[in-house]
Amino acid sequence: MSRLNDANLSLAREIIARYPRPRSAMIPLLHLSQEQNGYVTEEAMAHIAELVDVTSAEVYGTATFYEMFKFHPVGRYVVNICGTLSCALLGAGELIHRAEETLGVRAGGTTDDGLITLEQAECQAACTEAPCLQVNYRFRYRVTPDELDQLIADLRAGSLTDEIPPHGTLARTRQQIPADRWVRPVAPEETTAAPAWMPAPEETSS
Amino acid sequence: MTDTTSTEQHVTITLNGKEISARPGEQLIDACERNGVYIPRFCYHPRMTPVGKCRQCIIEVDTGRGMQLQPSCMLTVSDGMAIDTESELTKQVQEGVLEHLLINHPLDCPVCDKGGECPLQDQAYSHGPGESRFVEQKRNFEKPIPISDLVYLDRERCILCDRCTRFADEVAGDALIHFIDRGNATQVNTFPDEPFASYFSGNTVQICPVGALTATPYRFKARPWDLEQSESTCQTCSVGCRVNIDTSRNRVLRVNGVDGDPVNWGWLCDSGRFNFEQIHHDDRLGSPLLRTDGGELAPAGWAEALDAATNALRGAADSASSGGIAVLGGARLTNEDAYAWAKFAKGVLGTDHVDAQLGDGLPAELVLGLPRATIDRAATKGGTVLVLGPDLKEELPVLYLRLRHAVEFDGATLVEITPTETGLTRYARSSIHPTPGHTAAVVRAILDGDTSKAVGGVEPADLARVAELLRGADPLTVVVGRGSLAESAALTTDAAAVLHDALPEARFLPALRRGNVFGALDMGLAPGLLPGRVGLDEGREWYAEQWPGVPSETGRDATGILTAAADGHVDTLVLLGADPLADFPDADLAARALAGARTVIALDRFVTDSVAKADVVLPVAGYAECDGTTTNLEGRVTRLSKRVTPPGTARSDWTIAVELADRLGTDLGFESVADIWAEIEAVSPAHTGITLEVLAQAGNADGVLAPPAEATVTLGRAPEAIGEAASDDATAADPDQPPTDPDAPADAPSTTEAAEPAELAADSEAAVEVVEEVAADVEADAAEADADSDEPSEEVPARVVAGRPALLEFVAPEPVAEPGPVDAYALRLVTRRKLYDNGTLTAHSPSLAPIAPGPRIALNPVDFDKVGVAEGDEVRVTSAAGAVVLPLARDAATPRGRAVVTTNQGVRITELLAVDAAAVDVRIEVP
Ligand code: SF4
Ligand code: SF4
Ligand code: FES
Repeated sequence: MSRLNDANLSLAREIIARYPRPRSAMIPLLHLSQEQNGYVTEEAMAHIAELVDVTSAEVYGTATFYEMFKFHPVGRYVVNICGTLSCALLGAGELIHRAEETLGVRAGGTTDDGLITLEQAECQAACTEAPCLQVNYRFRYRVTPDELDQLIADLRAGSLTDEIPPHGTLARTRQQIPADRWVRPVAPEETTAAPAWMPAPEETSS
Repeated sequence: MTDTTSTEQHVTITLNGKEISARPGEQLIDACERNGVYIPRFCYHPRMTPVGKCRQCIIEVDTGRGMQLQPSCMLTVSDGMAIDTESELTKQVQEGVLEHLLINHPLDCPVCDKGGECPLQDQAYSHGPGESRFVEQKRNFEKPIPISDLVYLDRERCILCDRCTRFADEVAGDALIHFIDRGNATQVNTFPDEPFASYFSGNTVQICPVGALTATPYRFKARPWDLEQSESTCQTCSVGCRVNIDTSRNRVLRVNGVDGDPVNWGWLCDSGRFNFEQIHHDDRLGSPLLRTDGGELAPAGWAEALDAATNALRGAADSASSGGIAVLGGARLTNEDAYAWAKFAKGVLGTDHVDAQLGDGLPAELVLGLPRATIDRAATKGGTVLVLGPDLKEELPVLYLRLRHAVEFDGATLVEITPTETGLTRYARSSIHPTPGHTAAVVRAILDGDTSKAVGGVEPADLARVAELLRGADPLTVVVGRGSLAESAALTTDAAAVLHDALPEARFLPALRRGNVFGALDMGLAPGLLPGRVGLDEGREWYAEQWPGVPSETGRDATGILTAAADGHVDTLVLLGADPLADFPDADLAARALAGARTVIALDRFVTDSVAKADVVLPVAGYAECDGTTTNLEGRVTRLSKRVTPPGTARSDWTIAVELADRLGTDLGFESVADIWAEIEAVSPAHTGITLEVLAQAGNADGVLAPPAEATVTLGRAPEAIGEAASDDATAADPDQPPTDPDAPADAPSTTEAAEPAELAADSEAAVEVVEEVAADVEADAAEADADSDEPSEEVPARVVAGRPALLEFVAPEPVAEPGPVDAYALRLVTRRKLYDNGTLTAHSPSLAPIAPGPRIALNPVDFDKVGVAEGDEVRVTSAAGAVVLPLARDAATPRGRAVVTTNQGVRITELLAVDAAAVDVRIEVP
């Protein structure tokens, strides 16, 4: 069963309650399901659709828009090597080549032991640190091919288990809102005034 | 979407250097179009929210900050806007966008169904660069994939305009297709293994601006330039959507929606769109059949068959009083056919045992007597709609769309009093499901404000909530129909009567299902009625002058007719396309009746179960095979067009009435459909002034409400006597002159534009004159009545026209007794209908027949678990009347203590029903 399990289901209900409209919780719930299963399963999407009262097609359409959601099993570690301009100029090609050799898979593939999925990624917004990569979205900057080999060796040896949670887990600590700080979500149409932080509109003379 | 509140104001904008006035709030693209400047577009659709997806409509606009490029579909007009649609920059951008859209387009026009009527093709010619600079590999997808049983999707052709997906979400409420993936990989698709099973999927095919979506019934059947197109009205259900029928070489190949503003807004349901397939089904009757001495039905000639029918009728007429002949059915005829049969049955045969409904509808006095609403009234912004009846999504699908839109976009409030959840439940502010048998009591409790205790299975809080919603509802429209055949119609009548009494401002929209059931009732095919919504007694004097005769007393309804037949009191039973064995809510009685009637004459298009029992079978023409008119649930009269010839020697029902009358020595007095309409217009108090010319006027393309309300309807001329009118009407009904959409000048960028508004103006001027004429007539008549002083003048009903009888007013019947409580081992039965069933229209349409869901009995999970079988296992369902075997389903939407069965899905549910029962209880046994 790759629908949300009981623990995650109650978590899901809690997340849904944070939004004025249930459907707004769709993306957090997709992450939750990916955390549970390592990737987003069809059953999970159908389950989320039920929970937030939309169709499965709407969940599917939303989920597939985002690179970070995977729809097939991936490795415990997803290694994204950036191949966009800055990184490309500073040796990304060489890095990818080395990774393919060391792992024995092409970019996009997963090692036979199911440990590592290699991907060539678009810009990861760390151009000053090129060439860069991510392991389950945790950055490594200015990586040399040898450092990459070392990283792979560490992943294989399991010595990074503490530092990097399995794919799908964004953070090990989940944010909890204490009951006394809980603010009821307000639907846009129910707001009566501009939010406190918004500056008063300028008087314009026309 | 008309907005009448702002007709007085306008905004002035400058379009290509010329000042024009636009309607406040309208999209710039529409304002330009109405003023003769067509801006190319793909994603924009006037009935859906603009989204600015395709960027094809970009033009240069100055909104006070200098000229800027803006998508004209996303911009509402504002005062002082200056627009340049002809600038070099505009042209450059539009060409660029088109070149861009064509980058991935396969340009397989020669093998594409859309070729020849494709907005992409057309606008590539009119607004494209002519050549593409793209030489790289286009993206490839698997060629068409089925996204439902009816629709194929060719993703390579898709330009991602978001029309289909927007329609699915915004209009149909079935967001089962969506954009999937991102960027260059974006495609329209469904969730894996969850097809686009929407009752409205065909609309996406119609509005797709390219050939990406195709429907199975039409794929590769024709090229657009080989099709002849003609406007008509869908007769599948009583909504009466406006359609275009496309034919080629005497076959109907496609039906598309036409934007009728008061009715369908361009949408159709898939049943109405695709069931044209049955027209050409091999099983269509092409020759009369007669029962041989051996007891078989064998083909016969018309002369022989008509003789047999005449003899039966003559014998019956001679042998007894009017009790000898009865006529059932007629709800799928044209108005003209129905009138001819009403005149023949009532005026010539002298029988009033005539009923167009088969005990599965509502009493004619209720339908015709209650103050009628229009769909627009029901969908009024901020109005309230009370649905007291069936699942509109299943039975009157486009009415469902209109009501859904009213709730979702126009702030209408929907309240449901239905026997179980419906397709509209999720849009209802309150939805209550009284125990069948107690609907009237629940309505009473709500209206009396007696919400202290539960009534009919509805909790006090829910009663109070509905009462609250109905209080002060303005305007309130009640959609009233049979929610379930297992609850007596008398209870619905009772409930409607109570509502009418307590809320006199409420208007009613009767939710009867069959295509022209309202036309049939308006033409008098019901006991105690004469054409034009006139009671038999009130109209006797008038019709005695017009017709050879008038029945002396009120006859029996369908139940009475079948009971009499079963008891051997009906000599000849005529079935006008009626199949009581399948439809009458008491299978046992129907079977006994067909056996008990001495002779059964059936006019039909297929050998239905009932037709198979007939002695004389006369094949008739059907939809798209007859000219004439039809009447929808609002009372709106619209035109039908004959596009193909009926199979074999099948002919129109009215000609059979004429022939039979002739053989009996009476001339019915008409030789053409136009003659009949002229007579209807001349004698019916509800149709005064609705001449064929009036119906043919461009401004009346959406039809004319009967009886016409002077203020809103354009009338052609004052009523005339029979005969005088006949000759010129023939030309008015020319089917080659399709009525023009009143908005047509705005819709098509054509060179004839200037001429059209003038024509329209002429129409409405003439119309005004006639309204005055009719009004004068009414006054003169009132004055006359006054002078005669037969009756006090204040009692002259307002709707009397030129000496014609007054229209029927609803008189509430005595309330009926409620059934007792359900015993502990039984469940109360609810019947519901699905859009696709075993009815002749669906069953003979090869694309639709397989998607009928099949029979089932659904129980609430709690009741289901008590039965102790698996989902889908067959159980034996027994009522006092009979038993059937059905697969069992578990359904959380079914209230506890109820059993919901779907009718006409291959198992004869009517076996369980007894027509006189207020409610029906069933037991479920594991066989
Ligand atoms: S399939 Fe047709 S209607 Fe749907 S997005 Fe593509 S082009 Fe538009
Ligand atoms: S809603 Fe009724 S009239 Fe309209 S298309 Fe469907 S069947 Fe035809
Ligand atoms: S029609 Fe305006 S953006 Fe598509």
